[in-house]
Amino acid sequence: MTRPRRPGRDDDPDRLYTLTGGRSRSDSDAFDLVTLVVSECEPTPGMQSEHATILRMCQLPTAVVEISAALGLPVSIVRIMLSDLLDTGRISARHPRTARVADRLPDPDILEQVLVGLRNL
Amino acid sequence: MDSATSDRAALQATADNGLKIVVVGGFGVGKTTMVRSVSEIRPLNTEETMTRAGEAVDHLDGVQSKTSTTVAFDFGRISLDERSVLYLFGAPGQERFWFLWDRLFSGTLGAVVLVDTRRLADSWYAIDRLEHHGTPFIVACNDFGGPLHTEQQIREALALSDDVPLVECDARDRSSSKYVLITLVEYLHALSQRGAGARSGALDTAPSAAARTGLAPAKTPEPTP
Repeated sequence: MTRPRRPGRDDDPDRLYTLTGGRSRSDSDAFDLVTLVVSECEPTPGMQSEHATILRMCQLPTAVVEISAALGLPVSIVRIMLSDLLDTGRISARHPRTARVADRLPDPDILEQVLVGLRNL
Repeated sequence: MDSATSDRAALQATADNGLKIVVVGGFGVGKTTMVRSVSEIRPLNTEETMTRAGEAVDHLDGVQSKTSTTVAFDFGRISLDERSVLYLFGAPGQERFWFLWDRLFSGTLGAVVLVDTRRLADSWYAIDRLEHHGTPFIVACNDFGGPLHTEQQIREALALSDDVPLVECDARDRSSSKYVLITLVEYLHALSQRGAGARSGALDTAPSAAARTGLAPAKTPEPTP
């Protein structure tokens, strides 16, 4: 690694690898930016601090992207940690019902709900 | 870290469906301003790191190749009802962020292309990408107090097809930004009721995209998977 480094968090890429046990990509792309995460248990002593923070902040549903912003970590890193928590049953995930429908427009019923919500703002 | 989480407004326990709308546009056009004006939370910022070893991810002449790129983006949130939460993303419209679009736009309802009428060319790339993705969008002209253009002038400058809604707005104003979002969702609703016709509508815009590309400066080649 001889290339010049930018200031900021790029100074310490090792830290991100430590957080994810050395992995740089998630096994599953299950977590959308707006997948809502809910804790299924309390943090336990000795738990990785980021995991404990996620469990605390997801006592009510919290989107992946909000977890990422609160932790100050890239979304891709957060996805890996969430996969670990999901695999061990410590969180559950509420995936968007409109995701991954590449060639189709959203259901008219959902759009009508969105319109009602927006008009009530 | 706890301080970062303590001031955020929590969602209801019943929330189970996250929805996305993306606001795209050139630098300084008011994306974050629009997100802020309608969001129920202070806009948050985060970043996505894309790592693609061995692929020609960047086309930065004179910069040695690298395999990881980080892009920051803003977002806000609107709770629509007890189950649905709408997230608004302010996405960088610049060409070098093309790789971010796929992920941001996957599953998105639609997009608002926010334009500054003094710098219409800044929007060409964003509109090209949306047409390429088949992502439905509307165009909103943020009022910067510049010279007035007729709708027809703006449509011609953007090579915008007649069925794409074009609205004026003040991104600082909550009701104006809300109106922009409602216009988008009404348009999506009309498209979805037209059913299969919506897809051919997207294809109809292809010639206009070609016309715009002809005007634009040299483009980064489409990445191959």
